[in-house]
Amino acid sequence: MLRRVRISLAAVFFTIITLLFLDLTGVIHTYFGWMAKVQFLPALLALNVGVILSLILLTLIFGRIYCSVICPLGVFQDLIAWGSKKVKKSKKPYSYSKPKSWLRVIVLAIFVVAIILGINSLVSILAPYSSYGRIASSLFQPIYRLGNNLLASIAEHYDSYAFYSVEVWVKSITTLVVAIITLVVIFILAARGGRTYCNTICPVGTILGFFSKFSFMKIKIDESKCKKCQMCSYQCKSSCINIGDFSVDHSRCVVCGNCLESCKFDAIKYEFSFSNFKKGFVNNSNPVSCKREASNSDNMGRRSFITAVAATTALSASAQAIKMDGGFAPIIDKKVPKRSNPITPAGSLSLKNLQEHCTSCQLCISVCPNQVLRPSSDLSRWMMPEMSYERGYCRTECNKCSEVCPTGAIKPISIEDKSSTQLGHAIWIKENCVVITDDVNCGNCATRCPSNAIQMVALDPNNPKSRTIPAVDETKCIGCGACENLCPARPFSAIVVEGHQVHKFI
Amino acid sequence: MKRDNINRRNFLKKIGLGATAVAATSALSSCGKGASTLLSPEGSHTLEVPKDKMTYRTSNVNGDKISILGYGCMRWPTKDDPNDPTKRVLDQERVNELIDYALEHGINYFDTAPVYGMGQSETVTGIALSRHPRESYRVATKLSNQRIPAGLSPKETFRRSVEMYHNSMKALQIDYIDYYLLHSIGGGRDSFATLNYRFFDNGVLDFLVEEKKAGRIRNLGFSFHGDVRIFDHMLKLHDEGKYRWDFVQIQMNYLDWRHASNREENAEYLYNELTKRGIQAIIMEPLLGGRLSNLPQYVIQRLKSQKPQDSVASWAFRWVGSFDNILTVLSGMTYMEHLQDNIRTYSPLEKCSEADFEYLEETADIISKYPLIPCNDCEYCMPCPYGIDIPGVLLHYNKCVNEGNITQSVDDDNYKKARRAFLIGYDRSVPKLRQADHCINCRKCIDDCPQRIAIPVQLRRISKYVDELRGDGVI
Repeated sequence: MLRRVRISLAAVFFTIITLLFLDLTGVIHTYFGWMAKVQFLPALLALNVGVILSLILLTLIFGRIYCSVICPLGVFQDLIAWGSKKVKKSKKPYSYSKPKSWLRVIVLAIFVVAIILGINSLVSILAPYSSYGRIASSLFQPIYRLGNNLLASIAEHYDSYAFYSVEVWVKSITTLVVAIITLVVIFILAARGGRTYCNTICPVGTILGFFSKFSFMKIKIDESKCKKCQMCSYQCKSSCINIGDFSVDHSRCVVCGNCLESCKFDAIKYEFSFSNFKKGFVNNSNPVSCKREASNSDNMGRRSFITAVAATTALSASAQAIKMDGGFAPIIDKKVPKRSNPITPAGSLSLKNLQEHCTSCQLCISVCPNQVLRPSSDLSRWMMPEMSYERGYCRTECNKCSEVCPTGAIKPISIEDKSSTQLGHAIWIKENCVVITDDVNCGNCATRCPSNAIQMVALDPNNPKSRTIPAVDETKCIGCGACENLCPARPFSAIVVEGHQVHKFI
Repeated sequence: MKRDNINRRNFLKKIGLGATAVAATSALSSCGKGASTLLSPEGSHTLEVPKDKMTYRTSNVNGDKISILGYGCMRWPTKDDPNDPTKRVLDQERVNELIDYALEHGINYFDTAPVYGMGQSETVTGIALSRHPRESYRVATKLSNQRIPAGLSPKETFRRSVEMYHNSMKALQIDYIDYYLLHSIGGGRDSFATLNYRFFDNGVLDFLVEEKKAGRIRNLGFSFHGDVRIFDHMLKLHDEGKYRWDFVQIQMNYLDWRHASNREENAEYLYNELTKRGIQAIIMEPLLGGRLSNLPQYVIQRLKSQKPQDSVASWAFRWVGSFDNILTVLSGMTYMEHLQDNIRTYSPLEKCSEADFEYLEETADIISKYPLIPCNDCEYCMPCPYGIDIPGVLLHYNKCVNEGNITQSVDDDNYKKARRAFLIGYDRSVPKLRQADHCINCRKCIDDCPQRIAIPVQLRRISKYVDELRGDGVI
């Protein structure tokens, strides 16, 4: 019974959380966005006291059902373990092992220290929900989208608008690599030993494990009925049932219920019981109250790129003596410009706030409909979202990332507030501007600017009839990147946005 | 602006209803053969394409017999360039098939120009035609010196124009040109200055007259778009005997007859002026680049209700072919199906009845009320130096007008459906980087459009519309 309830709930949570990363319609978020917000670490970083207390209370009552139901990485491991059990056809997939408390404590300690010192890369690599988020966003999402695009091409063939194509691109090589490594490690650990990861590495597992020792409901072995057949122990993914002394290590037990169904003698039960305080975890530090150094490094760690003056961007058919009719001018892909300050999404308030709260779960990046957000490669905010405008710009009517962020790294922001939040400001780069390089009229940046921050002014102040160039009013510019994205200069735009370390509000 | 549009929409609804009544009550005797006789219950394979029934017209200058269906070589099929996958080239193999088929079915007139098909049309057409006896086909090509940059000396424009003329013969592999045209006169910001710059100041026209005397040009004429004063001026030169036009090429179809778009002159005037002088007309854009076959759903129903088995296009071809002072009707047939359909329509031509004329006049009235952009997909504006697919954007807009997928406000009943159709269809027909929002208003395309569409204005209008639709969130 317990097992069936657990599996049903886990299936619901796991499917929906995965869909949060895949969904193209936005409907899932409207109704189930909270599922990301009840994740332990994100709630902790968001200082969401209600959620944290509820989760702790839940654990104190039922044990670590959080790990069996709510945590997508936990359920993902169950899935892998179940699959490998099927493949191996082993009747004794698991057996009791001694607790590796020292390892758990050390990892948790490292984790806490990392939070305090602001070593974000370490924090995000250890965070379970974020690990799953990276796998879902870097690996599952592209597959999902390619499938969608296949349906879209079929729909197109039949002149139907049921599906439409979406862009699929590698947003960050390093994040992809991290996701693959995480997947491989998780896969091996889960296939071999079930919940090894959760009971040795996962800091959330360790914290909840501390509380679950004192939970009211527990798995208990009835010594009078037990025949020591060990069937329960063979089925225990957490390897926490020690038949030798009829004990269950409740700090490791995730209350999956597999043992209950395996017992033929009704000797193992999930029941109300007062805990004994034999062994306890020492660690009870509160990772919330952490100080952080503001790390605003100027070395952006970006890929180095060619600084050749983009005078070659002229796409005019100058090679031909005369223009022939038809065909297309080639379009060079835009390249990421060098920004001395990263641009962070509206609602993140400042780079510092983002760094303090973000666990790099990639949810915001997954839902960004304009291909603006991507994981950073900079170590100080590794895999955290940053904005760039080669593929689109941050549309004023969109606040998706702020809606979905579970950690408060991007705080909810209304459309009205967003359109008056200055994430950065645009800078004109004369060398790239087609008005100069191609000697044509342009002004697309001014036309497309949603906040009327760009005026076209005479190139030659003494000659009002000369061609006009953009002049940015920094007091109005909100840094949305419409100008940069739609600038005809390629591969480097002639107008680029510089991020603000702290967002300003008009 | 919004209110205007709503009014127009209501208006369209009203005329739609009115016209339905007309269609229902009019008992027009269907003239012409109709395709019905060729169809059998077993299927359409009996829709044969006659080989020897083509209608011919005779040149009143030299008695040349010309098929009434002429092949326009502006819209040859393309394929990916095997040497550069980012580019397209004309598909020689398919062109050969089309030309062979056309000759076999009685078409003997082929109209090209140096600038057509990314500059490849003459060569490709030449290769295909040179596989046949020279006397079996007539070639028309043009002096496309409107593309020579402005501001050159007369000597230089002369040199470049003559070079272009000689290149045409080389590319087409011929030593005389049957029909040679001054290409698309009437354009340019100052149309008279442009005309003089191209043909008179530099003596190019006199050179061509000499070439005609030498027999290397058999017929000399011009094709016309734009400023009607240029048309009148050229005919005046003819009247005064200074120059003699053996033929004139004009844009004519049942819509342009009395409902010419923008500031174009109605075809009725142009045709009648030519007829008065006994100058035979060659017709271009009889189908407006497909615009007269891709019609609003309602108009298609209207035409189909008259002749359910005839193509919508056949109406346009029959209509224009019914005028006697026409030497040939050019159609840029990209696909074999188009070629076959047109051959059927003209093998032989069954002229329109009085009732048909009236019916099409009413149809033209209705079409002209729709807010369609008069783009014929001629690609004269292409390639846009900033990569925009101009005809792609405009034709997508027209498609949505035709299918009723332009919405004026969120309150429209079909807003959701129309928005989806517009946005998804837009991304499908035009890659994002070639869409209207990338137009920088450099205005390089403006002078190239023979339909005088204010391209940057239209692109801005469409991109604004798209922006509003996109602003409503996820599709």
